[in-house]
Amino acid sequence: MSGHSPEEIKKHVKTYIMVFGALIFLTIVTVGISYIHLPVEQAVLLALTVATIKASLVSLFFMHLSNEKKIIYGTLGLTGIFFVFLMSITLYL
Amino acid sequence: MSHDSHGHGGHGHGNPLADAMEHYSHLSFWRKYVFSTDHKVIGIQYAVTAMCFLLVGFGLMLLMRWQLAFPGEPLPVIGKLLGEALFPGGVMSPEMYNQLGAMHGTIMIFMGVVPLSVGGFGNYLLPIQVGAHDMAFPKLNMMSYWVYFCGGIVMMLSFLMPGGAAASGWTSYPPLSVIASNAQSWWLVGMVFLITSSLLGSVNTIVTAIQLRVKGLNFFRFPVLVWAQLITAFLLLLAFPPLEAAGVLQLMDRVAGTSFFLPSGLVVSGEQLHVSGGGNPLLWQHLFWFLAHPEVYVLILPAVGIVAEILCTNTRKPLYGYKTLVYSMIFLGFTSFIVWAHHMFMTGMGTTLSSFFQATTMIISIPSVIILTTFLLTLYGASIRYTVPMLFAVAFLPMFAIGGLTGLPLGLTASDIALHDTYYVIGHFHYVVAPGTLFALMAGVYHWYPKVTGRMFNQTLGKIHFWGSIIAINGIFMPMFFMGLAGVSRRLYDQTTYAHGKVAQPLNVVMSYAAWSLAIMQLPFLYNLIVSLWKGEKVAAENPWGGTTLEWATPTPPPHVNFPATPEVFREPYQYNSARQIMPQFSKEN
Amino acid sequence: MSALIPYIDEPHPVTGVTNGKFGTWLFLASEVMLFGALFSTYIILRTGSTSWPHGYEVLNIPMGTVNTVILITSSVTMVLAWASLKMNQFGKFKLFLGTTILLSCVFLVIKYFEYAAKFQHEHYPWSSTYFAIYFTMTGLHGIHIIGGIVVNGYLWGPGSKMWKANPEQFAGRVECAGLYWHFVDLVWIFLFPVLYLL
Repeated sequence: MSGHSPEEIKKHVKTYIMVFGALIFLTIVTVGISYIHLPVEQAVLLALTVATIKASLVSLFFMHLSNEKKIIYGTLGLTGIFFVFLMSITLYL
Repeated sequence: MSHDSHGHGGHGHGNPLADAMEHYSHLSFWRKYVFSTDHKVIGIQYAVTAMCFLLVGFGLMLLMRWQLAFPGEPLPVIGKLLGEALFPGGVMSPEMYNQLGAMHGTIMIFMGVVPLSVGGFGNYLLPIQVGAHDMAFPKLNMMSYWVYFCGGIVMMLSFLMPGGAAASGWTSYPPLSVIASNAQSWWLVGMVFLITSSLLGSVNTIVTAIQLRVKGLNFFRFPVLVWAQLITAFLLLLAFPPLEAAGVLQLMDRVAGTSFFLPSGLVVSGEQLHVSGGGNPLLWQHLFWFLAHPEVYVLILPAVGIVAEILCTNTRKPLYGYKTLVYSMIFLGFTSFIVWAHHMFMTGMGTTLSSFFQATTMIISIPSVIILTTFLLTLYGASIRYTVPMLFAVAFLPMFAIGGLTGLPLGLTASDIALHDTYYVIGHFHYVVAPGTLFALMAGVYHWYPKVTGRMFNQTLGKIHFWGSIIAINGIFMPMFFMGLAGVSRRLYDQTTYAHGKVAQPLNVVMSYAAWSLAIMQLPFLYNLIVSLWKGEKVAAENPWGGTTLEWATPTPPPHVNFPATPEVFREPYQYNSARQIMPQFSKEN
Repeated sequence: MSALIPYIDEPHPVTGVTNGKFGTWLFLASEVMLFGALFSTYIILRTGSTSWPHGYEVLNIPMGTVNTVILITSSVTMVLAWASLKMNQFGKFKLFLGTTILLSCVFLVIKYFEYAAKFQHEHYPWSSTYFAIYFTMTGLHGIHIIGGIVVNGYLWGPGSKMWKANPEQFAGRVECAGLYWHFVDLVWIFLFPVLYLL
């Protein structure tokens, strides 16, 4: 793992706190939207979009994916696309 | 591995390998041979356990073949021994037949072939072929074996439970599997154990191959067997979890009264079922086949790897098309995830969906053909040495070809209408697994037997085993295509109740005699394996067959750390110079 | 440490990760497929049903939101625990990891109350496919939380002895446990809106 001097870690800690704030904010947003009772398609799209943003924040920063080599998050990215494809197929089954 | 040295006479701390060997030599019998973390011991444990289960699965089928050949006739000797409940008057009951059928498939696939090819060959050979001293996670490796063992015990115990073992096919389709009053729940629990074992093992395989490979061993210098095991591990890792989820859901349906797979308004034996309904039986099929299709590539890929190793050791020329072969295997692995619904063409899917899966199924036949072609071109112009393993490896090629070709009419929706769920299907997949994979595995057992045991097996017995088996096995499975084309359904207890079944019935007699002959022809194999351990000619040479891959650089048999000094790789595998002499991966000189 | 098994403590030059980290990511990939299968099940059952309640009609959204906040917070404390180790602050590590474990237990307690309320209203897994999938998915997620508590508890307690003997390897273990924990949080990030809000 690259550069983990105490000073660099301190910078990372700042990032973690900011990401935490963003996650809480997005949680409030997604709960708030649900009270509007949108039609199903829009509700699903919006909820999944917010969830994906939250998930990306957790993976990139808490799980250090942004620090890993290209091969790692390249593979995961491909897996993600494949996963979305499989989920979409269920709509036609 | 621990780095402590409890002062066994103050050994040199400069050599960790020697320290590890020293430490290992002081372990108790239990730590060395039963609860070992040495991948070689674990590999042998997997292989021996799996071969026992293969014999059990084979035995179940031998019983079934009596009923199939002589429907309604009492089973001689065995019929009386197995009790009136399952064999009234010595005649196999339909319930017993279904149990035997479901468990034959389950045991052969999940407790026999995969543990032998992945747990046995994979565990033993993969670390050595990448130059490592053990798997990346030795304790996890040991745990994987014992979880497999427990799963196997659970499956075997299910026969003794009230109602008998699972009897809804190895495919366990609901609603039948949910409402069946037998040990189907034990099957589900057993599957959870077996799947967990596979998942842990595949993590170990992938990390070992990628992280622990030695200096000079870049990806395109991997032996084909390493590629095969690596791709197989990815298939197991990603395809098994949906079946595990499905197994949990079916268990919930059976035990907690949920209706994941039970539709509304289901009537059983004239009574409405008191469940919430709203479930979908097809949901099980999708989740099941999402695993089970990649699973068949799990069954074939390590076999392809083994055949590659053996062919290349006995042709005195390089492998033809290494890169093509590897890319084909990778493509095969990837595509195997998007063909699953070709097992479900008859379930009423729309034409768009069916066409999609038909297309992907046709596409996936291409890499298989490429793999076979590279093997054939490897043989072309070769100076072939017909050792016993080579006989099996060469026989694999036409057998796998027949299996593959007969898959094509099944993958095309139009012809599948006539052939789905007939004996044609059974013939197709058995050709691939039995004279295909099993022959490759037997080839592998013979090929690496000298390295693992330090003894040579008896060549004559091996040749008898081969010729007897190849003839008998074709006698079992070739007639199945004709039976299927005649319209005979699979999983029938007595096909003579149908007119077309009556017409095809004589084929059953041929097939049963062939099956019993196949059983007899395995006796020289078992005798050979066991007796050669004591009576076989001692093999001291590191490289008795003249192989080029790293397992032929170890002492025979390999010590605990495999290599006394960490090896280095200098070239691709399967290289020969112009004088047809091997240029091993591990030797610097040309 | 080992010529026997390399890359336990230091990362591999090509992949950039240790064996343990690589293994953990692979394991998480299989877990994605496991929960993915259950999400697909949810989609298939819901789209195929004649009537399906909205989450907000049946489930307790405030409780679910609180649990979401708790889990996100526990994710932060988990990564701060690892960061503390990297900054050589063992005391802070214990504090943050302990908080993570505590928050996980609170999550389970709230879950217990949610389930109890459901059972009081005669809503069981066998009552409808909605409740079947609700109990199964949250139940499996809950089992994963328990697993996380066990692992984190071990690392907080007896396992922390390794900090003295091999700080690099211990930090690596905490990082891998963190990856698993963040994954558990990730599943909930999708589970919460799907089950509660839609």
